[in-house]
Amino acid sequence: MASTLINVPPKAKRGDIIEIKTLTSHIMETGFRRTAASDLISRNIITSFTCRYNGNEIFRADFFPAISANPYLSFFTIAKESGKFEFEWIGDNGFSTTASASIAVE
Amino acid sequence: MKPSHAIALALLLLCGSSFAAEIPGGERRSGYSFMGPDTRAMQDDDTSNPGMLFVLDGEALWNKKLGAADKACSDCHGDARESMKGVAARYPAFDKALGRPVTLEQRINMERTQRQQAEALPYESHDLLALSVFVANQSRGMPITAGDDPELKPFVEQGHALFMQREGQLNLACANCHNDNFDKRLAGSPITQGEPNGYPEYRLEWQTLGSLERRLRSCITGVRAQPPDYGAPELVALELYLMSRAHGMKMETPAVRP
Repeated sequence: MASTLINVPPKAKRGDIIEIKTLTSHIMETGFRRTAASDLISRNIITSFTCRYNGNEIFRADFFPAISANPYLSFFTIAKESGKFEFEWIGDNGFSTTASASIAVE
Repeated sequence: MKPSHAIALALLLLCGSSFAAEIPGGERRSGYSFMGPDTRAMQDDDTSNPGMLFVLDGEALWNKKLGAADKACSDCHGDARESMKGVAARYPAFDKALGRPVTLEQRINMERTQRQQAEALPYESHDLLALSVFVANQSRGMPITAGDDPELKPFVEQGHALFMQREGQLNLACANCHNDNFDKRLAGSPITQGEPNGYPEYRLEWQTLGSLERRLRSCITGVRAQPPDYGAPELVALELYLMSRAHGMKMETPAVRP
């Protein structure tokens, strides 16, 4: 499974706006490049990212070839209840990786 | 002395003195100080620094048993947080058996082939970069001490000579930009002092982690000279000189650079 780095505040007050930052390792090969022998290098990118907060989808992103390698995403949500954030990345060639992080809401 | 000779001599002295200018120790500036606020923020936060992904991969490799000896790095060296602290800050280091300096990457491959009896990893491969960045990360915040070993003196001098040597179709030496003209701009990008304190580093241009040798080779190609192969004695000497030139600077591995 690919390495991931997740930054979710461990604690928050109810109603706080919190920032979630994620980073995952992936080469994000565009499919437009060629080798020295002029063969096309086939596309290999992450195509979708989802974040669930206690089972409810709160953020989704579709990825395209112009996204950099090792993509970094930052987004915001409202801390409603203690629980778990689950992250999932899906991509070409059956790529799939998951991560999770917990938050305590007071 | 003929007047024309006197002018030629004066020009020679002028060129010589401006060319040999060294940056005083106290004015050493990490590439970090030449970057914009966004790139600095990316490096400062370990959850946004993409180099940290390779550190994680390196940690997994550190603990993985492999080779005919079926040994992991950790079987001999234990916890890298203790055993590898400060190690990268003194590399390239003198190897007594070989009688020459070896880089951290070369040391890792020597350990692999001799102790683990595994295959050497190719230069700039993901696994070699991951292992070297994991080891070098343990020295983050520590001062560079490479080149202190008296046995390294001739190699530091060789590296210094290469740093001062003009080469390529553009006929430029490293020193022309990185000693004499740092803090100016080249095609819109700041010219840095060329300090080696953050390697292996994540370059946004490369979209991946890269070694100091990769950086040196791309600079040498940039002045349109023929770069030496990875691991060539010239590159090792240059790397050693750069590290000794940056004596006392704090390691930043994995640095993020534009």
